[in-house]
Amino acid sequence: MNFDLTDDRRMLADTLTRYLSDKYSAEHRTKVAYDAPYHDPEKWAELVELGILFALAPEDAGGFGGSGFDISVVFEALGRANCPEPVLPALLAARLLVSADENLESLLSGKKHYAAALGEIDAPYDLSGIQTTGTATDSGHSLSGRKSAVYGGQVADIFLVAAKLDSKLALFEVQASDAQIETYGMVDGGGAAELLLDNTPARLVMADAGTALQDAMNAGALAVCAEAVGLMDVTHDATIDYMKMRKQFGRAIGSFQVLQHRAVDMLTEIEQARSIVIKAASELDGESAARYASMAKNLVGRAARLNSEEAIQMHGGIAMTWEYPVSHYAKRLIMIDHQFGDTDFHLTRIMNDL
Amino acid sequence: MKLAYSDKEIAFQEEVRSFFTSNLPAETMDAVRSGSELTKQMMVDYHALLAKKGWLASTWPVEFGGPGWTPVERHIFEEESCRCYAPRIVPFGLAMLGPVLHKFGTKKQQDEILPRIISGEDWWCQGYSEPGAGSDLASLKTSAVRDGDDYIINGQKTWTTLGQHANKIFCLVRTKTDGKPQAGISFILVDLDTPGIEMRPIRLIEGGHEVNEVFFTDVRVPVENRVGEENLGWTIAKYLLTHERTNIAGVGFSMQALEEIKALARKVQRNGKPQIEDPLFAARIAQVEIDLEAMKITNLRMLFKAQKQNGPGPETSILKIKGTLIGQELKDLARRVLGPSAAPFPGAITDGNLALAPADAANNAARYFNNRKTSIFGGSNEIQRNILTKTMLEL
Repeated sequence: MNFDLTDDRRMLADTLTRYLSDKYSAEHRTKVAYDAPYHDPEKWAELVELGILFALAPEDAGGFGGSGFDISVVFEALGRANCPEPVLPALLAARLLVSADENLESLLSGKKHYAAALGEIDAPYDLSGIQTTGTATDSGHSLSGRKSAVYGGQVADIFLVAAKLDSKLALFEVQASDAQIETYGMVDGGGAAELLLDNTPARLVMADAGTALQDAMNAGALAVCAEAVGLMDVTHDATIDYMKMRKQFGRAIGSFQVLQHRAVDMLTEIEQARSIVIKAASELDGESAARYASMAKNLVGRAARLNSEEAIQMHGGIAMTWEYPVSHYAKRLIMIDHQFGDTDFHLTRIMNDL
Repeated sequence: MKLAYSDKEIAFQEEVRSFFTSNLPAETMDAVRSGSELTKQMMVDYHALLAKKGWLASTWPVEFGGPGWTPVERHIFEEESCRCYAPRIVPFGLAMLGPVLHKFGTKKQQDEILPRIISGEDWWCQGYSEPGAGSDLASLKTSAVRDGDDYIINGQKTWTTLGQHANKIFCLVRTKTDGKPQAGISFILVDLDTPGIEMRPIRLIEGGHEVNEVFFTDVRVPVENRVGEENLGWTIAKYLLTHERTNIAGVGFSMQALEEIKALARKVQRNGKPQIEDPLFAARIAQVEIDLEAMKITNLRMLFKAQKQNGPGPETSILKIKGTLIGQELKDLARRVLGPSAAPFPGAITDGNLALAPADAANNAARYFNNRKTSIFGGSNEIQRNILTKTMLEL
């Protein structure tokens, strides 16, 4: 048993954290996250240069990482900076392409933006509810349906699309230039798209992709859970600093026990969240990956909401403002529950597994 | 980062399991399983069994008779002892006084006292709390006044767990009344046979006799029985409480409790279906299972850290708070799953054929009530939050 990061991962974490704290200030983040293209292409290129994408794929696929702990290290660092760069869609694409034994060169080198179009309005989390359908054509396949909340879809060149083919769930590749795409920014920053498919030409990547798609969902859940841990650490630190500095009734509000104990409960849940992320990361490539991803997503969802709401409450009015960075962290912490299944969705999964 | 046990640790796990399977008396196992009061003999025999194997003083350094286990091996031992329904090691001599003497005791105290803890010749109990000093332990009033080579002790201690079986007690006493309350406390060892000591039972909420109050009237104790410097007992008290907290997450107990609740909930019928299919009940089980899964890792992370730093840190308070909350949620579910079958007073139905609940669950309501103590003792959960406020948040 060993809870230390390997030297390689520690270096990766340090490099990313240093880069983001030097180059991706909270002010800069607020400036780029809410206007098209909802990220900073220059900074994206620099992150790619640092090797962030290579960390998401295993060596035999051309990367230098790809394990659960590589993913958690990268996304925890992104979370600390509340970074809106589209690394999550790249992770999903990397998982899918590795499963399909496809070439990852254009993804990992950053030449092309990929996005994974998994969920739909009436099946946001549950793959079995997908309605988008593939049909064989003379030249290959075509797809019809609407894929919703496709993260990173606002900049994607290539979409990897989950759709029904015969009785199975299949994976297709769609060129952005062939599809109708409605792009938008999100309430917590970053961008997404609706992908509207109407007999849109598509290349069949995997005819039986159920397992690969579930794996991508597990990896996505792990990634946003790790991101939440980074977000919570920073939010909690900011809250404690504020409690030391802010004076009311002639003394620091951090001297009030009613706030102290609530701040401790926030910390306790962050430690629990960190623990379940470690567990989910260690199990990502094992047989019980979905189970531990569900556990992580449920616990982190609860911890994130507690930390978000309590941070706002203890800051008082200031964390209600657009200008103060904690408000953006708090938003991200809440909206993570809307990705890859919320606390109730994943609790139900564990209930069905009792 | 590696969560799995090493081959050596797995081999150790198997060794512990097979040791318990072949050596633990069936009636002791049944008593633990059903939550009945263990007899003194059961506990004494259990200690002797472990002592013979060299496993009793599991937290002690090798030079004092410890087995030289790593924190992870200690955790494995705890996990397996819960799985096999072994009793809890009585902690007062082994987990509390032992570590205090290792750090603060004189050579003479170590040589005389430590072997008798392992051999079972002495059964220690704890004299910390007083009627007027619970969470505010430093306000304790039991006084020790110097008279030549003796102290004369007067006052009252309470919540003395299993004191009815003990022949010795370690006490915090007041040796100075002016100045800061913390700066006038000493740590002293007292023979319970000394004239002037009276122990009276306190009956607890569920009806059991687990704790006692101890009255001291002009009790004469040699000055050499003091551990550490006079008036520096508070440091020792705090050190002891940190050690008391290391095993307090109770992960092993909770894992066992969760499995038992699930098994019961599959058997018990509600609305024509097993209780486990009731979504509200299942949701509570699922949530506590998730919290417990995280707690296992939190516990191991802190053990790992303790191993690296050579001792537990203040973050063990997190284990105490969250561990007891999880344990109490499980005790609530274990009571509730039985419905009215949880109602009979423990032992009230003597004819086994008429029992409402399986023997190992019949006391679940009593165990629920008894378990409310866990968020109060060893420094209440509110005191733990105060500690974390100071040490981790630095507020």
